[in-house]
Amino acid sequence: MAQLTYLQAIRTALAEEMERDPKTFLLGEDVVLSAFGSTRGLHERFGSERVRDTPISEAGFVGAAVGAAMAGLRPICEIEIAPFIYCAFDQIVNQAAKLRYMSGGQARLRITFRTLYGAVGGAAAQHSETVYPHLLSVPGLKIVVPSGPADMKGLLKSAIRDDNPVIVFEHAALGRSREEVPDGDYLVPIGKASIKREGANVTVVAIGAMVPRVIAVANRLAKEGIEVEVVDPRSLAPLDEETILNSLAKTNRLAVVEEGPLTGGWAGEVVALATEHGLHDIDDIWRLTTPDHPIPYSPALEDAFLPGPEQIVASVTERLGAEIRTTA
Amino acid sequence: MDVGKDLVLDMYRKMHRIRYFEQKIKELITTAEIPGFLHVSIGEEATAVGVCAALRPTDRITSTHRGHGHLIAKGGDVGRMMAEIYGKRTGYCKGKGGSMHIVDFSLGILGANGIVGGGIPIATGSALAAKISGSDDATVCFFGDGAANEGTFHESLNLAAIWKLPVVYVCENNGFGEFTPTAAVTSVKDIAVRAKSYDIPGFVVDGNNVLEVYRYTSEAVARARAGEGPTLLECKTYRWEGHVVGEQAFITGGYRSEDEVARWKARCPIIQLEKTVLESSMLKREELDRIAQQAHDEVEAAVEFARRSPLPEAAEAQEDLWV
Repeated sequence: MAQLTYLQAIRTALAEEMERDPKTFLLGEDVVLSAFGSTRGLHERFGSERVRDTPISEAGFVGAAVGAAMAGLRPICEIEIAPFIYCAFDQIVNQAAKLRYMSGGQARLRITFRTLYGAVGGAAAQHSETVYPHLLSVPGLKIVVPSGPADMKGLLKSAIRDDNPVIVFEHAALGRSREEVPDGDYLVPIGKASIKREGANVTVVAIGAMVPRVIAVANRLAKEGIEVEVVDPRSLAPLDEETILNSLAKTNRLAVVEEGPLTGGWAGEVVALATEHGLHDIDDIWRLTTPDHPIPYSPALEDAFLPGPEQIVASVTERLGAEIRTTA
Repeated sequence: MDVGKDLVLDMYRKMHRIRYFEQKIKELITTAEIPGFLHVSIGEEATAVGVCAALRPTDRITSTHRGHGHLIAKGGDVGRMMAEIYGKRTGYCKGKGGSMHIVDFSLGILGANGIVGGGIPIATGSALAAKISGSDDATVCFFGDGAANEGTFHESLNLAAIWKLPVVYVCENNGFGEFTPTAAVTSVKDIAVRAKSYDIPGFVVDGNNVLEVYRYTSEAVARARAGEGPTLLECKTYRWEGHVVGEQAFITGGYRSEDEVARWKARCPIIQLEKTVLESSMLKREELDRIAQQAHDEVEAAVEFARRSPLPEAAEAQEDLWV
């Protein structure tokens, strides 16, 4: 065990998997120098054949990663900032996600995409978007969203070893978050949620940078007699429906707190799941998301854009507060 | 002639196989026996065959929506291709992909592609994989004049150039992107000129002369294997049929003159090869006729195979998504 930051966890996972499997190679913009630090040191260790800086040609190099995977290698393709995915949308969605199916199972795309996403303060609309809602609706792509260093190491290793296309969303604001991370071959299964905090009164489902925020809120609410169960699905596709529904059956109240749009966002998927399969367990169900407009630049506006701690506290106490106090 | 008799026979056989296959497809659509959007390549046989004749089995190709010719030229089985087009379980992709997505990894066929320009980065990546693995296998990327205006064309050529990837980009310029003449939407008369932008060799080739196509491709492949990087070959050719079979039903008015079509039919690639081999006495008329008949029979057998084959079961629709 060691204390690692989120960025160190990424580096560790990449180095271990590249050491383990000579068919892996890494490509993307600025991966040699590593602007944000996640791939620092890999070029020195693995050389220029296996760690390649690409031109600013998302469709070109993402498609090349797809082609290299079709030819039997195991590419790790970094898309520097998540909204740049739009420049390579065809190659991810029309090609990578669909090739295995269209080929009747002949193609095996052992490809891992990694991308930095989320609001960091002042990056504005084209650099802050979460992007994964667009990818959810195309079957054939696995999507993981690690919320801390340990999950990051375990999920990234699993993603690289997975013989299907997987995309790993690395939150830009979590880089320096730190926790104990198991040494060695620590793998977190894709498609398995984690209950970060147990509680009996309300289930709050959250992913990515919202998880530590919700945990902090949950600790505050505990002092008011409200016990929040925090469920972190860790993977959006495949989604661990059982864990979410079991928690709902226990608490009868479900909130989804997401740094993502209300309309067409992932939170709606969880609500749909709960109402379809857990209708009779539901006393209350709601979403707390970003509003349906692009993220604004000014700090005054950006701060109000994301579901903030005060907003989450208010939302939960408003819906539960009265009920809990009367039954306590 | 510097090309051996066996190779010439094989080229002749494959061109006929393509010709009969495509003519049969056209017939079957017209009688509504097969579904789907089908794009035939009648008249373009020499490019597919000349290029693939210069490749070995472990070399790879990517193809396009008009890809039956490429697949057959690379050794594709007409029965399994036909079955796929019929949507049968015995097709290459178990009926899951159809005409535009046929794949056969054992022959190095990474797939036809329904997105114009979609296969260009993929071919580039296939070449990257060869380089990283230390293999001297080459990859050929087939694409059309329309794709030469897609961003993926430009990004891929630049990438292949900087990394000296073993890829040959073969542009089949048939004069039309769907229903629009190439000249109206392309900034250059010869797409091969664009090779200069990426500092790679580029050549204009008579796409209807199978031996010329073969020669240029062989040279480009040799360069690729020697680590000298990519080449752009622009094969000038023409499609005798429309963009998609049955288009007369939804586009009003012709977009090509009968004169133009007739002029190109007079430059039929199969007849050109016949003339060359008969004049040089390499082959006799009877041999050629026998091969043509064999190709014809193969295609008929392919249709029978497809007709007899079962359709996929409903539950199969959920298979083959994940490893």
